[in-house]
Amino acid sequence: MTDVVHEIEVEIRNIQGLHLRPAMQIIDLAGGFKSQITVSSDKDTADAKSIMQMMLLRATCGTKLKVRACGNDAKEALKAIQELVEEKHFDEPLPGLTA
Amino acid sequence: MKLTDIVCFDGIVAQLKSKQRDGAIGELVGALAKAKKIPANSADAITKSVIKRENEASTGIGKGVAVPHVKHPMVKEPVAVVGCSAEGLDFSSLDKQPVYSVILLVSPMDNPDKHLQAMETVFRNLQKDDFRRFLRQAQSVEEIREVILDADGGGTD
Repeated sequence: MTDVVHEIEVEIRNIQGLHLRPAMQIIDLAGGFKSQITVSSDKDTADAKSIMQMMLLRATCGTKLKVRACGNDAKEALKAIQELVEEKHFDEPLPGLTA
Repeated sequence: MKLTDIVCFDGIVAQLKSKQRDGAIGELVGALAKAKKIPANSADAITKSVIKRENEASTGIGKGVAVPHVKHPMVKEPVAVVGCSAEGLDFSSLDKQPVYSVILLVSPMDNPDKHLQAMETVFRNLQKDDFRRFLRQAQSVEEIREVILDADGGGTD
């Protein structure tokens, strides 16, 4: 079944939020997967492979985003994105910690 | 937030003299200083940090536009300048194409949410084909100003 949409929720944890560089990191990562991947805030949905769209999410620290993927490698894609956002937090500082 | 909330009209550079990325960044930061949006004596430091940021990862996002930016303690509110290059500049863009329109943004150091808001405003416009085309076609400060004013008046929230 390739048309099943898988979904996870991730929280932006780095202080600076989803600014250009982290957004580029998601795009780089998403580009390595064949699945269609979208990222949604309460208001907007962005193609995870489009920098123009990703910057419209204005995802600040603490924002929860829904990531949806559809395709053969959807599960792997979501796992990789979750790791980048929540575990590595884009290699950026978290609140309460100094850089 | 609208473009007019952040764009410094007095800093618009209709024809960037420099044919190189770093020179163009210097011109735009200089224009911000001349318009008194940043202190003149911090222009060099800001130029250097924008270039440093650019070297870490290009802000040439493709489709002929680049959004070099930096956070700096000398600004209280995000401020942007627009510069155009008819010949195009090499920004090592994502799509490897030259950059014809540069929107340079300086944001406050301690307000990441405001920075994201300013970037969203810039990107919301840059993703529109018409906005990019009109910006590239604009030949004078006045024309660039009109493109920006039209974009703000064109049904954005």
